[in-house]
Amino acid sequence: MSNIATNAGHAHGHDHEHDEHHHDAGETTVFGFWLYLMTDCIIFASLFAVYAVLVGNVAGGPSGHDIFELPYVLGETALLLFSSITYGFAMLAFYKGNKSGVLTWLGITFLLGAGFIGMEINEFHLLISEGYGPHRSGFLSAFFTLVGTHGLHVTCGLIWMAIMMYQVQKKGLTSTNKTRLSCLSLFWHFLDVVWICVFTVVYLMGTL
Amino acid sequence: MLGKLSLDAIPFHEPIVMVTVAMILLGGLALVAGITYFKKWTYLWTEWLTSVDHKKIGVMYIIVAMIMLLRGFADAVMMRTQLAMATEGSPGYLPPEHYDQIFTAHGVIMIIFMAMPFFTGLMNLAVPLQIGARDVAYPFLNSLSFWLLVSGVVLVNLSLGVGEFAKTGWVAYPPLSGLQYSPGVGVDYYIWALQLSGLGTTLTGVNFLATVLKMRAPGMKLMDMPIFTWTCTWANVLIVASFPILTATLALLTLDRYMDFHIFTNELGGNPMMYVNLFWAWGHPEVYILILPAFGIFSEVISTFTGKRLFGHHSMVYASGAISVLGFMVWLHHFFTMGSGASVNAFFGLATMLISIPTGVKLFNWLFTIYRGRLQFTSQVLWTLGFMVTFAIGGMTGVLLAIPGADFVLHNSLFVIAHFHNVIIGGAVFGYIAGFSFYFPKAFGFKLHEGWGKAAFWFWIVGFFVAFMPLYALGFMGMTRRLNATTNPEWVPYLYVAAVGAALIAVGIACQLIQLYVSVRDRNKPENACEFGDPWNGHTLEWSTSSPPPFYNFAVVPTVNGIDPFTEAKEEGTAYKVPAKYSPIHMPSNTATGLVMGMLLTVFGFAMIWHIWWLAIVSLVGTVGYFVLHAARDDQGYMVPVETIERIEAEQHKRLLAAKAIPADRVETKLGQA
Repeated sequence: MSNIATNAGHAHGHDHEHDEHHHDAGETTVFGFWLYLMTDCIIFASLFAVYAVLVGNVAGGPSGHDIFELPYVLGETALLLFSSITYGFAMLAFYKGNKSGVLTWLGITFLLGAGFIGMEINEFHLLISEGYGPHRSGFLSAFFTLVGTHGLHVTCGLIWMAIMMYQVQKKGLTSTNKTRLSCLSLFWHFLDVVWICVFTVVYLMGTL
Repeated sequence: MLGKLSLDAIPFHEPIVMVTVAMILLGGLALVAGITYFKKWTYLWTEWLTSVDHKKIGVMYIIVAMIMLLRGFADAVMMRTQLAMATEGSPGYLPPEHYDQIFTAHGVIMIIFMAMPFFTGLMNLAVPLQIGARDVAYPFLNSLSFWLLVSGVVLVNLSLGVGEFAKTGWVAYPPLSGLQYSPGVGVDYYIWALQLSGLGTTLTGVNFLATVLKMRAPGMKLMDMPIFTWTCTWANVLIVASFPILTATLALLTLDRYMDFHIFTNELGGNPMMYVNLFWAWGHPEVYILILPAFGIFSEVISTFTGKRLFGHHSMVYASGAISVLGFMVWLHHFFTMGSGASVNAFFGLATMLISIPTGVKLFNWLFTIYRGRLQFTSQVLWTLGFMVTFAIGGMTGVLLAIPGADFVLHNSLFVIAHFHNVIIGGAVFGYIAGFSFYFPKAFGFKLHEGWGKAAFWFWIVGFFVAFMPLYALGFMGMTRRLNATTNPEWVPYLYVAAVGAALIAVGIACQLIQLYVSVRDRNKPENACEFGDPWNGHTLEWSTSSPPPFYNFAVVPTVNGIDPFTEAKEEGTAYKVPAKYSPIHMPSNTATGLVMGMLLTVFGFAMIWHIWWLAIVSLVGTVGYFVLHAARDDQGYMVPVETIERIEAEQHKRLLAAKAIPADRVETKLGQA
């Protein structure tokens, strides 16, 4: 939208105005989405701070050392990190105009992400069934909040990805779909970065 | 089926509440009947409720803010009269549990539902025009932000008649706000009202940052942006950096209350002081979010009504930036008494005092702008001068409170109440009222009545001093805040004087309402009408459009080089220049999606408050689903044809000729003949 405004400033309506508008509106959308991600980043920063304050408050319950299974979490991490690579392949296929490539790679990314969520739910389920749910201590409350918020984000990303696969299937590689997949790409990689922090601060520092 | 909700939730036994609710219902019914009688529903729906036009959204924000000002002020009057009556053993007329809800609601409403929408409304109205843009970066998102605010407003006001509001003070500190000490739905109303409107504010911050960074008129460098746009931009930086902290904090309190977490509880390793830290890590930047745009308005007013360029435009930008950065480093001064130790308190005390330096820079910039200017004593200028005096006093008491030793004596006393009302009323509110009458002609095409505006100013400022100076004294005398009755006879005279002050402010507000009525009645008088768009001989681009501006703002987007581009154009004789040819303009389509999502989320909030889980799930899924369907439509907006633009611009040309804003010999252009 901004570009049409600036172009009109030079008056004499060029024919390519409309195309440029789409290009530029998409760019502005991705920029705005990046700004939004920075606000999301501050939510995570707050939750990390809360975790750092409460990590020692085990209230007689287990500490991270007692309950974290590092190899299991490494598996989770591998799934999520690989899903970032496969998402990158989906975007490369988009730039090449390869619709079936986009759908295939998005499908693989979805499966990897769903695997991650499945493993996380399993981990939470085991902890809660052993009596180590969030009600047990300040530490466990902070742990479930931080890791759960990340998991909730990944779940939202999966829903978004499923909708985008349907959109690409139905409408093809349109400029709108490109903008939206670019935003989802930022979101997905952002969640990877957050997970690396979670893995380091929560699991590695909690067990080593 | 209905969770905790039953008929017991309606406080039939409280006559004050029931009468208020009855009046609100009657007023609402009268409004609905009036709209139906005058057949205005279609107009309201297509032109306003579903509009994505930043100017209309801005007007709606300000309407909400003014209604909430009346609601919040009613709370204030109740508190002052209660405290004037409940002395020396008398209980007054408000029972404690009702009084506690009133002071909580007063704070929440005045900050979140009066000041925030007032600033957001003024920003919506002016900023895109000031930077020569046709709308904000994301017009639909802007509409959604507004309706999220409305969700919060609905929930807060619903708590009046269904259930209760929080009795915790507007800060809702745990453990008091935890489930153990606040088992009712009051804190839940607080949480969901703030959560929804806070989400809207975050989206507004993102939207306007993208707008100023991506949509400025060609040639306008960042440092060329008008000062109001700049101060709003700093406020938006603070919004995107601080509101997510509020979102997280409220979510954590929600987990404690709903799912038996122990984040802020007293037992099992929770940490209530962490809530206080997190709350003020948002809360302190929040007060700068309120005050910075007001500074911007004062700057525009002073430079416009002295007929001079603002003194030190760049230093004003840097000073606002310094205030924003420092505003993030002082949160702990709200609780020096927490016991962080001398070193930590000293750091935060010094950081707090440092803020007075950039603020002082601003004050001197305004004074130097006035110096050797021809200051016209309009109502907007009166508000500005009143602000400069009042805010200087509030700033000094703030520096006093920044000394940790002094704060230990004054913490939680009425001195603190006096201080922050001094800076918020004398700073932010005065600024918004000045901005209201400054930009009113831009939004509606006629001026507000000056006499009633000036009367409002004098009652407000005298009322402010009469109401709050006694509170400084009472603070020194040891009276703490949030008392609903007192026993010390020495305090009584001061409490009486403060009540008189509230009455004077009430007269000031009445003057504003009369001003609105008189101005609308006399809108067609030649001295009031200013549809050609430039009633104050303005400096910046918003005054170069008609009033109200056409929906596309600028038929031709202006090219800018430097500060005050409209002054320059007028001096060079290039203002209002008609181009040889117009091009079609791309505009976004109206949509009801923001409204529908806002209403569904209101239902979601209500369902969460009353633990009606099925309804919460249905409304949340509905919200997301509705948004996905909206997005799947891929609405690209529409093109405004050249003929429409020519017709609208020809009308404006006639108005400019009539107002003698352009010489008659400019009629030779194509549009003049049309």
